[in-house]
This record gives sequence, structure tokens and C-alpha cells, in this order.
Amino acid sequence: MSATRTVALDGNESGFATSKLGPLLAWARKYSLFQYPFVTACCGMEFMSVASPRFDVARFGAEAPRFSPRQSDLLWVVGTISQRQAPVLRRIYEQMMDPKWVLAFGTCASCGGFYDNYTTIPGIDKIIPCDVYVPGCPPRPEAVLDGLLLLQDKIASGDRTPGVVQSGVVKPREDPLLTLRKKSDAERPLRDASTKAQAPRASAGSPRATPVVPRKHDDDLPEDLDEEDNDADEGVE
Amino acid sequence: MSKLVLERLVAKFGSDVLETHSDFGDDTARVSPEIWRAVGEFLRKDPALDFDLFVDLCGVDYPERADTGERVEVVLHLYSIGRRHRVRIKTRVGDQDMERAELESLTSIWSGANWFEREVYDMSGVTFRGHPDLRRILMYPEFVGHPLLKDYPANKTQPLVPYRSEAEAGVPLEKLAPFREDEGMSFPRRGPGHAVTPVADRERD
Repeated sequence: MSATRTVALDGNESGFATSKLGPLLAWARKYSLFQYPFVTACCGMEFMSVASPRFDVARFGAEAPRFSPRQSDLLWVVGTISQRQAPVLRRIYEQMMDPKWVLAFGTCASCGGFYDNYTTIPGIDKIIPCDVYVPGCPPRPEAVLDGLLLLQDKIASGDRTPGVVQSGVVKPREDPLLTLRKKSDAERPLRDASTKAQAPRASAGSPRATPVVPRKHDDDLPEDLDEEDNDADEGVE
Repeated sequence: MSKLVLERLVAKFGSDVLETHSDFGDDTARVSPEIWRAVGEFLRKDPALDFDLFVDLCGVDYPERADTGERVEVVLHLYSIGRRHRVRIKTRVGDQDMERAELESLTSIWSGANWFEREVYDMSGVTFRGHPDLRRILMYPEFVGHPLLKDYPANKTQPLVPYRSEAEAGVPLEKLAPFREDEGMSFPRRGPGHAVTPVADRERD
């Protein structure tokens, strides 16, 4: 499990790969999320932005909207949910086939926002389970993509624990900037370890509340990935 | 702004027009609730006034006026497309328990009044006699009370779908208040017997 070898096949060469069924299914699921956009408010504008080519949620395999809950895997709850809409949202969720996931898009869907009054549900988790909360009023598309990637992490690891705010529910992902930096650092003399770990995080601008594990040494990265693999071995050999 | 509208109104209804002013160029008249519909008909049919566009209708709660049976102020805005003038008509109804908080419906004069009267009924609890279909328009039928009356607790909810328990959800569901008391958007709790002190400035509006 620890040593992975990459082989490039040429022309009419053939080969095979082995995996476990569970991780294979999870891998397929996380890159083919059919979404049901439950769009009720101003967050819908940012949702359009995420879905359109500039930010392009299609890059992550989640571009296909299905306007029937029976064909959807992922319920995007985008915007304020009023008390009057609660039965509708609940029914939409119940009509979705398992396995299904829910993403709360924006502050209103996550906790009701500033609508602390008679008309609004203070967070959709009051009525349906919620996997990922994306804060923001509305969230920037980057934040939404970040939330989507968190959800993919959860799917890959088979984690159905609601919410991402608790430490350890979802591990911090590998940061592409860190990876790039790591490669260049190997050729460069070592700098101060703390600035190296903080700077790429800040520039990535990830607004989520997940505690970020500071990476003091580059060697942390492979360890993290190994752990993630071990979490997911529920499948049949 | 000419005072033609107000002058004609006073000439027609006399002392039933309780007060008038034209502050900031907005002609405003407060009339007694008994002549509410008659005023509407007059404004609509008088050729010199010809208010053919219904603009807005809303209710405003003034709990400090409940003693005199003037708790909810119903405000009507009208515009005449042909004459290009506007008017604002107000009247006050209802006591502390919202008894006698009712008016004649204006729906047969301006059909646009239909949904607005339903909204005033839903939010402020004023009933309109002769309305063809007076039921809630914003809130759901199961809702009890009228949320824009100031004695409705500002953060009281009446969920249609029962909330999940924290045991079921597996995460804490209780959220923090969005603003602290000193941040200007919290709602002071009014206990029973809490008297709202009348603000002198608010009497004139």
C-alpha cells in the first residue's frame, strides 16, 4: 500500500491496476456528483458564477444539474430557507436516492444569517442532515469550490459525519501551492520553516473554518495521504 | 405640490378628515375609519382627482396608541396617471387586543388592493370587510398571530417541520445570536406588563 509505482503505457501495451471496491466506488462517486440546485436567494448569483466557465465546477465532475431529486446525488441548498419552504426542502431531500449529500451554500443556509426572526429556518441542519457548510454572504466561488473539494474528501474517506467544523472530521487537503513550493524548496537552501508553512495558506485564501494543521516539514504530506488511504478500506478486496 | 387634493377632500368630508399636512411635498390626510371606503370612492371617481393607480397599502403598529383604539395605522398611497398627483391617506384602527381592527375593503375600487389587504391582514391583523378572499399571503395558514405587531416576539418561530434533535443530528444545532445586545440589532425582551412609553416626536408623522 505504501509504495506506488506509476507506469506509462505506450501504443498497444496493456496492463492492469488493482484496488478495493469501496475506494473505487468512492472515487467514482466523488467525481460524478449530479447536483440538484435548490436556489432560493441572492446566493444564486454566486452559484451561477461557480457553474459557469470562469470558475467552472465542471472541472470537479459536479457540473451536471438534475432538476429531479430522484436523479441527484448532491443537494445544493443555495440561499435563505423560510419556514414556509421547509416542507418542500425536506421532501426534496427525502426523494433523493442514497447515497446523497447536502451542501449548505452561504450563511443563510448554514445558520440563518441575520434573519433571526419568525420567518427563517436558522440553518438547514435543523431539518435535514448537512455534510458541508460554506460560509459567506454570499461565498466567493473559490470558497464554494473549496467546500466541494471538502465534500469530495468526505466521500473518498466514507465519512458521513455532519459538518466540517470539528477537528478531525475532514483532514486538510494537500495544498497544491505547498506541493509546488516543496519541489522548488528542495533545490533551494532552507528558509525559516514558519513563514514557509503560512504563506501559501494565506494566498490560497481558503475561508473555511477547518483547523489547518501547520506543516512545519515537507515530510508531513506523504504521511497525510497514507492515512487517508487507510480510512477508506472498508471495501471488498 | 398643489393642495388641490387635500382641499377637495376636506370640502367633501369635513371634520371626518382628522388632520392634513403636506410635509416634504407629500399630501397626507388622516381620516376616520368609518369613511375609509367613501374616501376611496371619492378619490377614484372625482374627475378632478382621478386616482386611477393604486400604489401601496400597509399597516404600522403603534402600541402606545392602543388606549384610544388607534393602534394600527393603515397607510394608503395613490397616484393619478392622468393628473400626475399623489396622495397618502391614513387611518387608525384597533385597540390593545386588536378588537375592532377592521376596515371596508377597497378591492372593488382598485382590484390591485386585493393582495395588499391580504398582506396587511397577515402581517398586522387588520381585517377587511367585503374582501373576496381574505387569507394569509406571506405566512402559512398554520401560523398563529401577526408578526408585524410589536407584541409578537421578534425571534419567535413556528416551524412547519419539527426541528431535528441534536442527538439525531450528531452536531450542536444551537446557533449564536447574530448580534450582541450592544450592536443595535438585538431585540429587547418585553415581559408581561412592559409599558411602551409614548415618544412625543412619534405622535406626529
